[in-house]
Amino acid sequence: MAIAVALDRSAEDARPWIEAAKPTHPSLIDVEHRVADLYNMVNVPTAVWIDEEGRIVRPNDVAFGTDTFRHITGIEAARHLGLLRAWVRGEAPVMGAREVRQLQAMPSPEDQQARAEFGLGRWLAERGRAAAAERHFVRAGELAPHDFTIRRGTMPIRGIDPMGPGFRAMLQEWVGAGKAYYRPLPD
Amino acid sequence: MSEPERDFTLLDDGRPVAVSAGVREDGVRLSPRAVEALGWRLEPEGLCREGLCVPLPAGASRAAPDGISLDHLAALLDRPLALELQERAAYLGASAADRAGALASLEAPDFALPDLHGRLHSLSAQRGKKVLLVAYASW
Repeated sequence: MAIAVALDRSAEDARPWIEAAKPTHPSLIDVEHRVADLYNMVNVPTAVWIDEEGRIVRPNDVAFGTDTFRHITGIEAARHLGLLRAWVRGEAPVMGAREVRQLQAMPSPEDQQARAEFGLGRWLAERGRAAAAERHFVRAGELAPHDFTIRRGTMPIRGIDPMGPGFRAMLQEWVGAGKAYYRPLPD
Repeated sequence: MSEPERDFTLLDDGRPVAVSAGVREDGVRLSPRAVEALGWRLEPEGLCREGLCVPLPAGASRAAPDGISLDHLAALLDRPLALELQERAAYLGASAADRAGALASLEAPDFALPDLHGRLHSLSAQRGKKVLLVAYASW
């Protein structure tokens, strides 16, 4: 069973994608970034595998469903899809608990402070307090510069085009500093 | 005596709680009742919930009956605090230690979120099936 979670500003932002995909699995809207907070997700797309007993058997990984953005990301959809199929069919052993823990990235106090700033900013923005919201979104981005669910995810709320020059400048600065925008698990 | 107006919003891990709080230049002071609205009680032993107490630093316990500063409460609970005094709102987030502990247990944190029709779906309802949890966004 797949559960898709849109880390979007509103159901309306996610609606066209969900209506086009017509999923048979739950496709959920997470305006508060609850799942990002619980699972320490810092970008999209991020996938986690959970077994029949509710245990994490593969931690956060970059998982594209298609190769639409492969020329930009350099990540093949087939990599994750192949592993996923083998897991679902029971054809491959899953990671041991020790390996899962080794590959998990844990949130720092700054990451959680950033999420609190994001949560307050989102609440303020919802009430039309744009200037106050902006201060907390900026602070959140400074605290957790690697968290693009915050830095890019707040752009639509702040009237910034998340595909536009504001995003490209942010990406260029990040990649230019030798940092990765997507961080897949090692092979 | 009438109850003071609950005109301060505390977002407790996302859940809005309306409390009465004294906002001063140096921060926010919560009444014992406001602390209770967050699920804690100010006792002589410290900040308590379900029989467990986080001790207050020496000397602070005497001040317990008249409340506690929000900064102090967040620090005692090791939780991040985002404050917007002008708007009389604050967000008390989840501590890094709590989140890391939950993830390291490998028990997938449960959540319930709405679909496009507003219907709630929880992760735990899928128990017994393998679940691929995927976060994505239109941005």
